[in-house]
Amino acid sequence: MNITLRVWRQAGPDVEGGFETYEAKDISPEASFFEMLDEVNEMLNDEGVEPIAFDSDCREGICGTCGVMVDGHPHGPQSATASCQLHMRKFSDGDTITIEPWRAVAFPVLRDLIVDRQPFDEIIQAGGFISANIGAAPDSNIILVPKPAAESSMDAASCIGCAACVAACPNSAANLFTGAKIAHLNLLPQGSPERYHRTVAMVETMESFFGSCTNFGECEMACPKSISIDVIAWMNRDYVAAQWKNFRKQGQQ
Amino acid sequence: MTTEHTHILDAKIPDGPLEDKWTKRKFDVKLVNPSNRRKYDIIVVGTGLAGAGSAAALGELGYNVKAFTYNDSSRRAHSIAAQGGINATKNYPNDNDSVFRLFYDTVKGGDYRSREANVYRLAEVSDAIIDQTVAQGAPYGREYGGMLDNRSFGGAQVSRTFYARGQTGQQLLLTAYQALARQVGLGTVELFTRTEMVELVMKDGRAVGIVTRDLVTGEIESHSAHAVVLATGGYSNAYFLSTNAMNCNGTAVWRAHRKGALFANPSFTQIHPTCIPASDEHQSKLTLMSESLRNDGRIWVSKTPNDDRAANDIPEDERDYYLERQYPAFGNLVPRDVASRAAMRMVEDDKGVGPLKNGVYLDFADAISRLGRQVIEDRYGNLFEMYERITDENPYEVPMRIYPAPHYTMGGLWVDYNLETTIPGLFASGEANFSDHGANRLGASALMQGVADGYFVLPATISGYLANWLNVAPVPTDDEAFVETEQAVQDQIEKLLSINGTHSVDYFHRRLGKIMIAKCGMSRDREGLEWALEEIPKIKAEFWSDVKILGTNESLNQSLERAGRVVDFFELAELMVRDALQREESCGGHYRVEHQTEDGEAKRDDDNFAYVSAWEWRGEDSPPTLHKEELEFEYVALTQRSYK
Ligand SMILES: Cc1cc2nc3c(=O)[nH]c(=O)nc-3n(C[C@H](O)[C@H](O)[C@H](O)COP(=O)(O)OP(=O)(O)OC[C@H]3O[C@@H](n4cnc5c(N)ncnc54)[C@H](O)[C@@H]3O)c2cc1C
Ligand code: FES
Repeated sequence: MNITLRVWRQAGPDVEGGFETYEAKDISPEASFFEMLDEVNEMLNDEGVEPIAFDSDCREGICGTCGVMVDGHPHGPQSATASCQLHMRKFSDGDTITIEPWRAVAFPVLRDLIVDRQPFDEIIQAGGFISANIGAAPDSNIILVPKPAAESSMDAASCIGCAACVAACPNSAANLFTGAKIAHLNLLPQGSPERYHRTVAMVETMESFFGSCTNFGECEMACPKSISIDVIAWMNRDYVAAQWKNFRKQGQQ
Repeated sequence: MTTEHTHILDAKIPDGPLEDKWTKRKFDVKLVNPSNRRKYDIIVVGTGLAGAGSAAALGELGYNVKAFTYNDSSRRAHSIAAQGGINATKNYPNDNDSVFRLFYDTVKGGDYRSREANVYRLAEVSDAIIDQTVAQGAPYGREYGGMLDNRSFGGAQVSRTFYARGQTGQQLLLTAYQALARQVGLGTVELFTRTEMVELVMKDGRAVGIVTRDLVTGEIESHSAHAVVLATGGYSNAYFLSTNAMNCNGTAVWRAHRKGALFANPSFTQIHPTCIPASDEHQSKLTLMSESLRNDGRIWVSKTPNDDRAANDIPEDERDYYLERQYPAFGNLVPRDVASRAAMRMVEDDKGVGPLKNGVYLDFADAISRLGRQVIEDRYGNLFEMYERITDENPYEVPMRIYPAPHYTMGGLWVDYNLETTIPGLFASGEANFSDHGANRLGASALMQGVADGYFVLPATISGYLANWLNVAPVPTDDEAFVETEQAVQDQIEKLLSINGTHSVDYFHRRLGKIMIAKCGMSRDREGLEWALEEIPKIKAEFWSDVKILGTNESLNQSLERAGRVVDFFELAELMVRDALQREESCGGHYRVEHQTEDGEAKRDDDNFAYVSAWEWRGEDSPPTLHKEELEFEYVALTQRSYK
């Protein structure tokens, strides 16, 4: 199949970018979206044009390294699918496809389609962990975890940190990402001693980088792992509860 | 090629009974007292499971750690893609598991080419891994009573695998990442993302630091420390097409090798049986379908060669469930190397399935009718989805198609029992070292090794080296050792950028990969290996005169990044071939056609080859020197592996 691409090109963080148009010819419908880009890059290299920079690593939808806007949709038109899992068979011969990087103030473009998502790490560093020193753990079956709690925790823990939620949000809020980590840890008994402290620390760090959530729900739609906005409600509940001094002191549920 | 037995290969295994060795080492190793630890700087390269684990553990102990990753965040590394699970000897299912059994299975599974003492330690610390990761919030699968659940995996007759859906690697890596993030927040670890180690720096025969390239700005920088840990993963991407993440590479270990670290068993690579077959020439990587699928899926092909019927049109009695037929005791759960070769033979016999006739079926119809679709969906839902996305076929209705693909490298830097390489002060952990899996790795044991090395082994042994350097400052980065190394790095980059030939980096990498899979893949023979040994240097020479890398060093330049990695893959690939050639036996993943039993199984030669081959770099123009570490088996009797 033949495709016309409009791709955002930007040489570095401090320079202006713009769209360039390229023809992707004879692309196999079996190819993945990134294999199509690989081929375009081979062609550009042959022609003496620097290849399009884009991030990917696992190409299996699990590492969260990738992420581009395809025709205005984070990760493209297919729901619950990371950019690296898109396949050309979902497009039609003769299509024009527009590819851009995530757009958010907190994520400067480093080059072409690659952005810097460092603030996500800072949110985790603020409290997205359980303080269990290595070597200090009790037997793993001493603390029982109800299966439904383990399952809900796992649902939230599936977040791949790709930042599509931020890219989708009209306010560039990071509540789905932050809520997912808070839910993962707060739902487990092992995470409960730090529950309120964690929530406050992570929410406050989040707010220093990102916009406010006004419940559009675009994030859930864009999430390649279909993380539910329930996690935002849980986060808000724990955040409000944490404001009552006694809760924070007790550190209890 | 010269062969030497020398004393440099002292594995430093503690004396005494197997089960006391690790306790003994933890007692007799020199310690650094808590108030002195902050006087030490340690570099950890790699923040996958092994690296993030070490960096976090060392930070908790109170050392100053600098951790490096080429990924944009330490939440990402190849480890994240591990699907199936992690082994431990808890024996929760009450099916006779024990430390000794996991030890035994792993030595046997590795086809008796691993060190007993190391493997025993791995099994011994496995339970602590589960305890620790549960405490850190890993959401493992559970029973309704709230206790942890287990599943079974290839190469074992007990259920000892803990899992978090089909995303165990993700959850374990996130656990280690979060422990690391905590230390970064506390200031014990300084983290460098999008930063690639491009050289090791040596002074007076020991490792004193590294040179890195900032992948965003191109800046070349030196970092010095008392000790350097490489936890940089495996080198399956030497095959170009593999299940490894796109950026996995062998540069860190190869650069260390060129500086004197011996490289062990480079030809021991694992070709995983359950991957999605390639669909065309432009394929960029291959996707694994977790081995756990073999618990419920049945593998088959048509009994008739070149059968063009759709899978569901082939009646039951015309199907050959060849693993169940050939290996009744283990059936579809035979170890990976055995399953892979069996699939290869089916395809060679024109029984391959799919449009390119390059796969075999993995069928869930029986399991679905026995257990119901919901159970299968609970167990493998995300894998089925992944499969459907890639192939556009629905595995609930038509059998999956699978074929073996390069997946894991058992070989790696030679390390002693303390995980120290032959360069003093340079340690290697996780897939980057060679230590625990012999000639074949069992499923769910790489994650185990990554966490074991990272959380428990390295933090316990590294003090033995560090204690010698109390109150000695690290070598300053303006020392000539650093200055010269930085210059060499700059020179290589300039040379690469100045070639301006006609073909891209990938063009050469693909060509290398094709040779490797054909001649040094699932089956190997002398003629093919000798041919590869002539061919690889030719491609390398062509690369150096004809590669075309646009752009500059002073910006984000992915072609330049890849070029540096491919340069090292050429040399590493050559060593893989050389090693395969000298090992005149078949064992585990190393299958020499000349050495097979009557029914086509790998035939070991224990009298002559029960050793670890450890290669010494002798410069670009001279062949490497082979050293041997003889393996002694006191607790496991060497037998022909049988899974019948
Ligand atoms: C698809 C798949 C499924 C798997 N499933 C399982 C399973 O179910 N169970 C199991 O036990 N094992 C499994 N494995 C194997 C297992 O995942 C890996 O062997 C293991 O995770 C390797 O961990 P590691 O920490 O050693 O290396 P990696 O996770 O590869 O980490 C390497 C780190 O080093 C960094 N790095 C490398 N070179 C440099 C450099 N030069 N400079 C800076 N940083 C560098 C990288 O950025 C990364 O952080 C699977 C593997 C694959 C491919
Ligand atoms: S590349 Fe890993 S999620 Fe897309």
